[in-house]
Amino acid sequence: MLAFIIRRLFQGIIVMLAVGLVAFSLFNFVGDPINSLVGIDTPLDEREKLREQLGLNDPFPIQFGRFVLNGVQGNFGLSYRMSEPVMRVIGSRLPATVELSLVAAIIALVLGVGMGVFTGLYPRAALSRIFLTVSLIGVSLPTFLTGILLILVFAVWLGVLPSFGRGDVVSFGAWTSGFFTSTGLRALILPAVTLGLFQLTLIMRLVRSEMLEVMRTDYIKFARARGLTDRAINFGHALKNTLVPVITITGLQLGAIIAFSIITETVFSWPGMGQLFIQSVQSVDIPVMATYLVLIALFFVVINLCVDLLYYAVDPRLRFDGSKGGH
Amino acid sequence: MNAIPNQPLLEVRNLRVEFPTRRGTLLAVDDVSFHIAPGEVLGVVGESGAGKSLTGAAIIGLLEPPGRVAGGEILLAGRRIDQLSYDEMRKVRGAQIGAIFQDPLTSLNPLYTVGRQLIETIQTHVKLTAQQARTRAIDLLKEVGIPAAEQRIDHYPHQFSGGMRQRVVIALALCANPKLIIADEPTTALDVSIQAQIIALIKRLCREHGTAVMLVTHDMGVIAETADRVAVMYAGRIAEIGPVREVVKNARHPYTSGLMGSIPSVGGEQGKLTQIEGSMPRLTEIPPGCAFNPRCPEAGERCVVERPDLLPAGRSSAACWLYDAAGVGRKLRQPQTVPEAVNG
Repeated sequence: MLAFIIRRLFQGIIVMLAVGLVAFSLFNFVGDPINSLVGIDTPLDEREKLREQLGLNDPFPIQFGRFVLNGVQGNFGLSYRMSEPVMRVIGSRLPATVELSLVAAIIALVLGVGMGVFTGLYPRAALSRIFLTVSLIGVSLPTFLTGILLILVFAVWLGVLPSFGRGDVVSFGAWTSGFFTSTGLRALILPAVTLGLFQLTLIMRLVRSEMLEVMRTDYIKFARARGLTDRAINFGHALKNTLVPVITITGLQLGAIIAFSIITETVFSWPGMGQLFIQSVQSVDIPVMATYLVLIALFFVVINLCVDLLYYAVDPRLRFDGSKGGH
Repeated sequence: MNAIPNQPLLEVRNLRVEFPTRRGTLLAVDDVSFHIAPGEVLGVVGESGAGKSLTGAAIIGLLEPPGRVAGGEILLAGRRIDQLSYDEMRKVRGAQIGAIFQDPLTSLNPLYTVGRQLIETIQTHVKLTAQQARTRAIDLLKEVGIPAAEQRIDHYPHQFSGGMRQRVVIALALCANPKLIIADEPTTALDVSIQAQIIALIKRLCREHGTAVMLVTHDMGVIAETADRVAVMYAGRIAEIGPVREVVKNARHPYTSGLMGSIPSVGGEQGKLTQIEGSMPRLTEIPPGCAFNPRCPEAGERCVVERPDLLPAGRSSAACWLYDAAGVGRKLRQPQTVPEAVNG
């Protein structure tokens, strides 16, 4: 078990270094960083001095090593656009994205699993057909269109929910939260639904097909033959056996939710990391883009580690592999 | 217990199982009647698709849709169970009728310890505390011959070998001390050496508990070893039913004779193994008259027109016109010379 975690952590570090390399390359290959820093009329010898100061003349491995060391300490340099430390810029945007993604993920997971179980158990029920039809729409509509349609209906026609922004937030030290004000909560609804809808339908369809499959297995038939109650069979035996693939997909999708929030945040002018990233791209703010890249990779690595640990909790067959076998 | 002597434990009368399909309704089990006495072992043999497993599934009320019982009665200790609601039938399953399935590797839920599955089943049917149920589960595991049951109870199914898993499955079927066990191919998925052990175990447990068994299999050897009586099924009907020694030694129905002739025996002086030409008809293509007539060496004119019901034949009963006073009529084919011509 411990060896497994260490192995996975090691793999995670390798992934982070690879992503770090890509992020670092941005500095050198997307234009000359000196050009981004100084004015157009700076003389050549001053440019050369600055280049020497910043260590840009050092060999590539040394520069990359310096980038990694600084990155580990949370130092990703200054934003070109705002002349502030990148970590502070991103840190101020992080809570908005995390809260939005979290709510979207919870919506997707709770409704997705619930609807999936229902459609899996009662494939012929009218409600199941409705769920499946609606889910087709959810899968096929692009996120920005869903967002715009929701704004049209709930903000423009009905006028019941705000169409942009985050509402009022409460600060807890460095963290700002919209969970504790009514405007904050109301502002959260539309973007969270938009962001979670696709994942919801994906999870629902996955749970449904897994459930249909598991209900045909011998151990479910045998459980029936032993006279167990439907509740014990459906939720005790069947649902747990659908969990491994659901955990895999949900884990990956949680990463995707954070990454995809770029689009949703743009549509709803949500002051999160995604919006920051778009603004940074527009102004070629390379330190922010590179840091965003590293940060998203970190999310994926951490989520995947959690997914692997959850496998262990769910499936005993994984716990006992290796030479010991029976004990 | 309080059953009247001589009253059968299980009685199946004129059971019909149908499968509605797009191209009409298929009759998978057609007018099957038999009974099982308390403590008796009834073997049910037949080829794949003969309807033997479906008969078992119909008795425990677990036919897979769209299959359904279309006619007949099923009585357990004198009480009709084929018309019970799903929830009433659920209480019969496990408590009064246990089931053992073919593949022990897939019959157990891989995510729970065998102890959890045993305790869950015991507590569903018997009012016991968790601790009492656990004690009973350990006793059951000991009874089915699992060594170190106190430790093994907390192991997961994948930590058991195939034979040991089938023992666990048997323990699960015995949780609430049912009066009848339906064993559907309990040894088919096991190694030959382990098959004998499992058969011996089922025999011993049933003797000790007085449990009746309906043993569904296509293995005539298992039947000869275990059963008191045997029913031979063909194309959804019982072809022959009788005491096991009688059916094995003096097969009455031509199909049974063919079946017995095709079994190799170790050390016997038997010559060439015979083979029944052709194969069992599909449910959509059952011929008129006796379903076996296209393959039957004894078939006569009457066999292609009129369908025989079970007729007394020695100490057995056989669904064959040979045992009717009027006979089969003029023979359709010459015995022994036919096989080459049939396929040509």
